[in-house]
Amino acid sequence: MPTITLIEHNGTRHTIDAEVGKSLMMNAIDNSVPGIDADCGGACACGTCHCFVEEPWSSVTGGAELLEESMLGMRPDRAENSRLSCQIDVSDDMDGLVVRLPEYQM
Amino acid sequence: MNQAMNLPDPAVVAVEDIDVSDSRLYEQDAWRPYFERLRAEDPVHYVADSQFGPFWSITRFKDIVEIDSNFQDFSSEPTIVIGDLTEEMPLANFISMDPPKHDVQRKAVQGVVAPKNLAEMESLIRARVGEILDSLPVGETFNWVDEVSINLTTQMLATLFDFPFEERTKLTYWSDLATSTPEIAGGDTDPEERLAGLSECLETFTRIWHERKDDGVETLDLIRMLQRDPNTANMVDEPMEYLGNLILLIVGGNDTTRNSASAGVLALNQNPDQYDKLRANPDLIPSMVSEVIRWQTPLMHMRRTANKDVEFRGKQIRKGDKVVMWYLSGNYDETAIENADRFIIDRANPRHHMSFGFGVHRCMGNRLAEMQLRILWEEIMQRFSRVEVVGEPERVLSNFVRGISNLPVRVHPL
Repeated sequence: MPTITLIEHNGTRHTIDAEVGKSLMMNAIDNSVPGIDADCGGACACGTCHCFVEEPWSSVTGGAELLEESMLGMRPDRAENSRLSCQIDVSDDMDGLVVRLPEYQM
Repeated sequence: MNQAMNLPDPAVVAVEDIDVSDSRLYEQDAWRPYFERLRAEDPVHYVADSQFGPFWSITRFKDIVEIDSNFQDFSSEPTIVIGDLTEEMPLANFISMDPPKHDVQRKAVQGVVAPKNLAEMESLIRARVGEILDSLPVGETFNWVDEVSINLTTQMLATLFDFPFEERTKLTYWSDLATSTPEIAGGDTDPEERLAGLSECLETFTRIWHERKDDGVETLDLIRMLQRDPNTANMVDEPMEYLGNLILLIVGGNDTTRNSASAGVLALNQNPDQYDKLRANPDLIPSMVSEVIRWQTPLMHMRRTANKDVEFRGKQIRKGDKVVMWYLSGNYDETAIENADRFIIDRANPRHHMSFGFGVHRCMGNRLAEMQLRILWEEIMQRFSRVEVVGEPERVLSNFVRGISNLPVRVHPL
């Protein structure tokens, strides 16, 4: 079980034992991590599970595909390391992954 | 369905004859069984002949998410309502554009309604909500829609635009004009009145733009935000684009919140156990607000137009076909939302509804809407033990805006 840390915008850290095969979003929700809304339930269709992947993990999580890219483009706080956490499937090689959560989801 | 005739009996009408573009279904609040049948028997449904020409209806939650997310095959151009534009006034705004142009324009105004900015407006909005509620005629029957819902959203719009407060009812008037002609959504507004009203809207906001330009005032309002952003700093030079985006922001903040503000009162009265639950635990307000937005679905559909021939769920959609996503139906789809026909203010995942749409056109004012309604209910609960519905609601004739025009109530102070 990879250990993943999500850091809220106010600095609060949540370290969770994530389940492989589930999305990072679902793992965060299952562990009641605040700061991820996930209105659409994981369909890459609402943009409210936005997160920022800390280095050096971007090569492991990979980049956004076309649809995700278009949803991320709508975020006023979009950054280079922005991802939608529903599009990151947790794998064993993500043990130690750190992501930051944005100030707000919309 | 023939407009001259009564609505057909939903239990016996042949499924191929069900036409959910008939705006009387919503005026009479009779839509439920028709959509139930479509979801069960013909979820991707073709009507060859309607008041709006032939069109497809998408009625299941998951199918709507899929179409809404697929902007490559299903275009938002030329318009996003079932009726075609008959425009002497060719409004251009990003809700009726596809990427990449859509993205550029939306990004320019999206930040305006980001929760970070909204927080700065909360105290002003709360004060104005309080004034509205404090002036209600206790002991009398009055129309909640006029006294609260319209008054509230009109004041909100004036606040957001920093529009002259004494002239604020114009905003609501323009918004209503923009969406209610017969051709566009089966409404009853005269197209000439619409043209005149929208021209006045443009003139007024052009004057405001020039008055504000470089006046050094630091207030937070939508016009100054457009002026500050390099992407929109010259938007006034493209009148149809300026007007189009103004109307989009005004309509987006008008009918939607207005009707959710009315629907909350109606829903709690029709479900007194839920009102009890709310009184026992006002912390449920945010989750109730999301449930009200689902339950009402203030904008019932969005339309796309097929960019190419597409096979979808075994049906052959042709290039150029109208494809209408019925959010109202998706929000009552039992396969996506448990007990979808029930109003439940403490759902596990209350934001999992489709009233804001999905994909790149998802409502950008969603958090603003939620905030306004949250403040309204926080202030209501501070003042009244009950807002009691004392007569039958009257509903708007439209297949786009699911509106309540009259809701007779009495308020009972704590």
